[in-house]
Amino acid sequence: MTVRSSRDAVADGKALLEVRDLKVHFPTPDGLVKAVDGVNFKIHRGETLGVVGESGSGKSVTFLTVMGLITSKGARLEGEVIFKGRDLLKLPVEEMRHIRGKEMGMVFQDPMTSLHPMYRVGYQIAEAVLAHEAAGKKAAWKLAIDMLGRVGIPKPEEAARRYPHEFSGGMRQRAMIAMSLVLNPDLLIADEPTTALDVTVQAQILDLIDRLKTEFNAAVAIVTHDLGVVAEHCERIHVMYAGKIVETGMSRDLFYRGRHPYTWGLLQSIPRLDAGETQRLLPIKGLPPSLIFVPPGCAFHPRCPYVMDVCRTEVPTMPPTDGRHAAACHLSPEEQERIFVAKVLQQT
Amino acid sequence: MARYIARRLLWVLLVVILVTFLTFLIFFVIPPVDPAILFAGRAPSARLIEEVRQSLGLDHSFWAQYGLFVKRIFLGDQYGWPGFGMSFVTRSPIRENFLSRTWVTGQLALGAAVVWLFLGVFIGITSALKRGRWQDRASMGFALFGVSAPVFWLGLMGLYIFWEKLHWLPGTGYVSFSEGPSQWFLHFLLPWVVLALLFAAFYARMVRGSLLEAFGQDWMRTARAKGLSERKVVYKHALRASLTPVVSLFGADLGTLLGGAIITETVFNLPGLGTYVVRSVQNGDLPVIMDVVVFASLAVALMSLVADILYAFLDPRVRFS
Repeated sequence: MTVRSSRDAVADGKALLEVRDLKVHFPTPDGLVKAVDGVNFKIHRGETLGVVGESGSGKSVTFLTVMGLITSKGARLEGEVIFKGRDLLKLPVEEMRHIRGKEMGMVFQDPMTSLHPMYRVGYQIAEAVLAHEAAGKKAAWKLAIDMLGRVGIPKPEEAARRYPHEFSGGMRQRAMIAMSLVLNPDLLIADEPTTALDVTVQAQILDLIDRLKTEFNAAVAIVTHDLGVVAEHCERIHVMYAGKIVETGMSRDLFYRGRHPYTWGLLQSIPRLDAGETQRLLPIKGLPPSLIFVPPGCAFHPRCPYVMDVCRTEVPTMPPTDGRHAAACHLSPEEQERIFVAKVLQQT
Repeated sequence: MARYIARRLLWVLLVVILVTFLTFLIFFVIPPVDPAILFAGRAPSARLIEEVRQSLGLDHSFWAQYGLFVKRIFLGDQYGWPGFGMSFVTRSPIRENFLSRTWVTGQLALGAAVVWLFLGVFIGITSALKRGRWQDRASMGFALFGVSAPVFWLGLMGLYIFWEKLHWLPGTGYVSFSEGPSQWFLHFLLPWVVLALLFAAFYARMVRGSLLEAFGQDWMRTARAKGLSERKVVYKHALRASLTPVVSLFGADLGTLLGGAIITETVFNLPGLGTYVVRSVQNGDLPVIMDVVVFASLAVALMSLVADILYAFLDPRVRFS
């Protein structure tokens, strides 16, 4: 099998990041919002992980929690986030601060608003250096220029002196990537890194992340709502729905043997260039569930075309995966395969 | 940049001329009292009134009078440049009186500005950081009080408590710095605080609002994500963004105050421009009124120009074109 080699690499050594049974709940006046509700996954060095789901599926909250960036005071965090052997949820604030930016970097969705409008780009990158290292200002500035060059910004000395509003969207996202990688972190989290960018720039940014991952020997987690984005760039993909991972597998597993009806829905809503004129995109019916009143049983059942009685009452469990392809769905594997071949493959 | 400033200065000139013209027109069309009658003494004869009118130059047409006024301002008069002219009331040059009163008002306005900036920014930050807690409620309660309490009431209450009852302050009036720094300070303390309270309350609300807005910005998350300390995130990144709008407002407010803080000067018996202009309006002392109007509109226009230039330095997104 072609999957073997990368699966072996994953089996070697300990995971860089292991998230165990993570729950992130926010009490609100309307009720408890279960943004993340029991999520398990691992990321290994050199791996690119994709986390896919609609807005409100808990994918961003999961990684903001990993970064320690959940700032709302009432948030209830449960579970473990083991990063290089330490549980980040138990780390003192000051220690966690030194992990952010130094050992883990994060790139955000909207490069238009993610940079401070009144500081020079080079300064904002140098600031990340100065926050963690006893480097001088000049050394930090040099590092920033060097980093801007490495993310493919032309004339980096000049660019470093510019302000964010003088950059295009793609350039700003490159600058964000430069900022998050300047201290050579072990893990780069990219939260919808291409959503706000032009289609032509999207591919460039994803290629850049790929290249830098190898250069810096880092692990990458790409969070996105677009299965098409992660297809080429991620080895492993988790599909999240209503705060839970509903399917996990290697990229090709999902694309050629997807098991969860929600994954099918996502696959069917990827636009294709070679589709006939009569072939329409199939949107997933209905809306993502409220995270306060999550439907009983399988959270996806109100929107699932293959819903059975059991789905309405019993929560489907994710079998222990050990890195293998698995889905939390009541349909039998034979049924899943039959439906996938008959319905989904034709459409995608 | 230089072209921008030059163009703005031309605008300032235009504004000043327009404002003086309107003021002149108002006092020509609806004079509070006829100065000629006022200065002709008790039960004047028609001839005497006519003589006084001639000697004050009030017998010229509106355009001639306005023209003479503009000429005096720009070319100066026998007492120097710019020409402040001669008061109808005292029959003496305005110049010296005007300059000393400007100096008093300047001290009042600048001192109050220092107090209100410190107070406003400090209270604004505190209440934004402690949003929803008792500190926030107390601060916003203070802001409501400061905005709603009239200056004359605050001033009189302050005088009653700290002068009349507690004897902490030496009273009203103006003591110059050279006459005794401590007396100067004690005489100015209450006027500064009273005048500053109104603005401090307003600025506190504004700083709080723009800080809270900054807290919700994406770049705050970026600042935290790169591992900056919370102190830097708040006092550097957030404050930098939220104090920029304060600067331009500060310029305009200071300019307005330089034109005279009428009520404060009246309550504390300070010989500033505010009390000067009030008395001149009552007496129909047109040259003094015109001088103060020119000075006040110049102060407002120039201070807002300074604020705009400063704003462009603070916010790189604003560029002159």
